[in-house]
Amino acid sequence: MLKGLKKGALARSLWVYHVSASPCNNCDIEILDLLTPRFDVERFGLLLVGSPRHADLLLVTGMVNKKVLDRVLRVYAQTPKPCLVAAFGSCAISGDLFVDSYNFAGPLDKHIPVDVYIGGCPPKPEAMILGVVRAIEKIKKLKDL
Amino acid sequence: MAELERKIIPIGPFHPLQEEAEYFKLTVEGEKVVGLDIQLGYMHRGHEKICEGKTYDQIPFVVERICGICSTSHPFACVQAIEDAAGIEIPPRAAYIRTIVGELERLHSHLLWVGLAGHFLGYNTVWMWAWKYREPVLEMLELITGNRNHYAMFKPGGVRRDIEGGMIPPLLQVLDAADKKIMMLTKAILDDPVLHRRLEGVGVLTKEKAVEYSVVGPTARASGLATDVRKDDPHAAYDWIEWEEIVLHEGDVFAKAKVRLLECFESTKIIRQCLGKLKDLPAGEIDARMEYPPDGKGIGRYEAPRGEVFHYVKGDGSLYPVRYKIRAPSFMNIKSNEVAVLGASVADAAITLAAVDPCYCCTERIAAFNTKGKLLYTWDDLVKLSQEKTARMGGGS
Repeated sequence: MLKGLKKGALARSLWVYHVSASPCNNCDIEILDLLTPRFDVERFGLLLVGSPRHADLLLVTGMVNKKVLDRVLRVYAQTPKPCLVAAFGSCAISGDLFVDSYNFAGPLDKHIPVDVYIGGCPPKPEAMILGVVRAIEKIKKLKDL
Repeated sequence: MAELERKIIPIGPFHPLQEEAEYFKLTVEGEKVVGLDIQLGYMHRGHEKICEGKTYDQIPFVVERICGICSTSHPFACVQAIEDAAGIEIPPRAAYIRTIVGELERLHSHLLWVGLAGHFLGYNTVWMWAWKYREPVLEMLELITGNRNHYAMFKPGGVRRDIEGGMIPPLLQVLDAADKKIMMLTKAILDDPVLHRRLEGVGVLTKEKAVEYSVVGPTARASGLATDVRKDDPHAAYDWIEWEEIVLHEGDVFAKAKVRLLECFESTKIIRQCLGKLKDLPAGEIDARMEYPPDGKGIGRYEAPRGEVFHYVKGDGSLYPVRYKIRAPSFMNIKSNEVAVLGASVADAAITLAAVDPCYCCTERIAAFNTKGKLLYTWDDLVKLSQEKTARMGGGS
């Protein structure tokens, strides 16, 4: 019964923490844009929170560089499990044009488990909303939480 | 009175008020800030090195991804540097289109800053309204370039897409609507007693200090320093049209906000004139071919929404540049925070740090440390390394 409760609570209102792991600011601004009146994702129960300790979903943007990698791992460790991770934008998914960079620490899913991939440079707001909806669907399908 | 104990308040690297991962170490005595240390490097991606492995046509795409907010300013300066090195003249139609895209970006960037400033103050109404009125601007950019951000519009010798005649009336319509809404927002902000009380006299940067720290862009113009690359070193279509440079003298956060808001109207004025001029020019002439890759040096300057951005390129006649150098406006502006924040209260620190509209993505530098935390290269070592490399590249200067 507790499991069902947990799942229901998670699926109904995802709290989001935004981890900027060496992005170009573009995905980050578009995430904030999602919260403003035009797209307004708060109607789906999404809320941007100030601490990873409150979060259910981590939105990780940017190519993960060597300096920020340690911090990303720490933020992931601080997030209460079960949590979801979304690789946000081409950089987090594959490194994009920064694969040749001397400071590139590898794509995000090499370091932490990723649940949702939202592609684009930057992803369109519609794509972002779709990604979040997919994340919620994924929770609902999970058998053991 | 007993001496107050010094405490350290860390802000970042991940902080709810910061979009970017940066680390500020505030040293405080009671509520007064007495020391500021900024540690960068969380966003360093090595653009200059990547550029050396790309052809001249690919470089604008790389520098575009330095920053998602100034994603026209960097290509703007970049293509000018390459054109300077290769000696190409761009057709007037391309110059007008460049100016239009550049000014649309300034509009969206300034509105974005105003919104974020409201957010930093905990005044989320300002944030929501400013960003709501920013949407039509993004729509215009999408109509012209095909994307909301990262426009991929510029290439050495011209622009990639034309603004066709049929697009101009709907653009003017959106522009008129946006103008009205921005006017409403500006009046609301400039008349707001809460914002006056909160921002006036906070984080003052005097004109002397502005000169001393060589600040650029709206930060300098709010401190009474008239510096604007669009006026001082006109390029694209900026000297063919009428517009004014906004200069205020107070130097506080409120003046910085006011400069940006008033500049929005200059931007719409510029865009409207450019769209008018496009009608008289033959359609389709937007591209001057670059026949040979440049052999020599070139510089490009552009007034980004945050100040002057400077690009330098050196080619040797091959397809790839030998050296690519970028200086972003925040590099100059961030340092001035030392003056503006010191002596102020902790509560004012966040908005003062944000008032220069810092863009850490643009300005990232790295320092090399070994695993025990010892700095591997000092300033002198880096200067020596740089001079050695210049000598290797053949003569330098």
